[in-house]
Amino acid sequence: MSAPQWKNPIVRWIDYRMPIFTLIHHDLVDYPTPRNLNYWWNFGSLAGFLLVVMIVTGVMLAMHYTPHVDLAFVSVERIMRDVNYGWLIRYLHMNGGSMFFLVVYIHVFRGLYYGSYKAPRELLWMLGVVILILMMATAFMGYVLPWGQMSFWAATVITNLFSAFPVVGESVVHWLWGGFSVDNPTLNRFFSLHYLLPFVIFGLVFLHLWALHTHKSNNPLGIDVKGPQDTIPFHPYYTAKDMFGMAVLLLVYLAFVFFAPNFFTEPDNYIPADPMVTPHQIVPEWYLLPFYAILRAVPNKLGGVVLMFASILILFVLPWLDTSKVKSARFRPIYKQLFWILVVDCIALGWVGANRPEGVYIVIGRIATAYYFVHFLILVPLVGWLERPRPLPESIGAPVLGGGGAAVGATPKPMEKA
Amino acid sequence: MAEHTSSGGPTLEEGGETRRDFLYLATGAMAAAGTVIAIWPFIDFMNPSRDVLALSTADVDLSPIEVGQAITVTWRGKPVFVRRRTAVEIESAANVNLADLPDPQPDSARVKKPEWLIQIGICTHLGCIPLGQRPGDPRGDYGGWFCPCHGSHYDTSGRIRKGPAPRNLDLPPYQFVDDGRIRIG
Repeated sequence: MSAPQWKNPIVRWIDYRMPIFTLIHHDLVDYPTPRNLNYWWNFGSLAGFLLVVMIVTGVMLAMHYTPHVDLAFVSVERIMRDVNYGWLIRYLHMNGGSMFFLVVYIHVFRGLYYGSYKAPRELLWMLGVVILILMMATAFMGYVLPWGQMSFWAATVITNLFSAFPVVGESVVHWLWGGFSVDNPTLNRFFSLHYLLPFVIFGLVFLHLWALHTHKSNNPLGIDVKGPQDTIPFHPYYTAKDMFGMAVLLLVYLAFVFFAPNFFTEPDNYIPADPMVTPHQIVPEWYLLPFYAILRAVPNKLGGVVLMFASILILFVLPWLDTSKVKSARFRPIYKQLFWILVVDCIALGWVGANRPEGVYIVIGRIATAYYFVHFLILVPLVGWLERPRPLPESIGAPVLGGGGAAVGATPKPMEKA
Repeated sequence: MAEHTSSGGPTLEEGGETRRDFLYLATGAMAAAGTVIAIWPFIDFMNPSRDVLALSTADVDLSPIEVGQAITVTWRGKPVFVRRRTAVEIESAANVNLADLPDPQPDSARVKKPEWLIQIGICTHLGCIPLGQRPGDPRGDYGGWFCPCHGSHYDTSGRIRKGPAPRNLDLPPYQFVDDGRIRIG
């Protein structure tokens, strides 16, 4: 990619001193992107869009929210009833969280299916896992802020997870609470961190993108870009495609915001927090249900907590657990089936997490939990050795351009001068 | 970039009125309109909310105020000066050559009943609260109010007479509910 020549003298003046226009041109316009990306590649930009929506709506909400045990609940109700468009901003934020996780989970499973975590994209993947963990922490603390019954008991249960650790457990929990129970200091620090972490995530997203742009996007074939005939410029092809995806996402997102704003939440959270009474059924938000199921699958307190954290941390070492050199599941007949079993397994865990730990749910929960770890720790390494992958195509361009010959009039112009 | 893919398509020489340009402009216009509409709730979110607007009236009982006394009440978070003027003060406020005033206004235009002067107690210069409500306060050269921040002098009708303030003290909307009570706002 040659540096563009800027015609506008002001642009040229700025760009000479700080090449921001060249950077934008390089990474958003001319940026060579595999020509065969499918719609599953939309979800990264959608996640970025939702992060911005969450930060903007969150900053707005903080202008009318009061982080105090006596005032938090009423300040949220005031936002809903008295503040202009408060209902809209709050519902955008509430449902935005669910949409964010939905989009990110699809993004993660896209990575699992097409082997996007493999060399040289291991760091890219690990940064993504860090972002996911921070998202969960942020979402949990945000859920506490309205100070309803579910907020209060979610805060109590989740912070008590740390009491499982021997010796230091109790001190750690008191440290988290800033007291001897979930109370005003807890609410204040959760508000502070809930405001801070999204900006940390924002920074990590830039590292994620830096790593991405170093080795460029993976693609549905999972083979490397061999030359300019395999790529098209990001603009207008993928900017247009991302905009289309964004429009579809907005349709789904706003359908919830306007027609079923409380679909994802528990009615109990519209009861002010009462430290003396626990609601009859405590369940986390849907996006944390699979982890909740893993927690409850183990009849030992410490064991459950350790397995739950391990279920996320295991993703960090996935690039080294997967022994197959072939990235895309399209050419891995056995792994492809395992992938779909894992999807079903995760949905089963979520379903178990939403139900009381009784009877059949305990059995299913334990089997699904065991399978989750068997998948990553045994099946993935083994299949990499045993499986015989199907032959890979010669290049990304070959199937569409007819045997990899020189493109006849179909290659976009900027590529020719590269 | 993409224009080069079709050889027989319309070219820019036709004045740019191509299907592609039309689609491009229509999409851009829709996106711009949608963005503007989407931004409005975020702006309005910061406007005074319903509960704030609901606090926009204040009832004041005038009966405990003796002649020559003044009280300060709160309306919309601002101080409102209520003064029961003496006959001397009323007279001096009325007998002023309007041509001498920086912001000419007859006393009769500033009161509903000459005895009761009700005005917003915020200096029209830079928002300080003028002195003159309490018995020991300095009242300036004209016996009304004196702003300690930058030395504005107000007379017994609350009109600016000397100093940097550009306007007379502002008047809140109010009405007499009965002889002894007013409702501000």
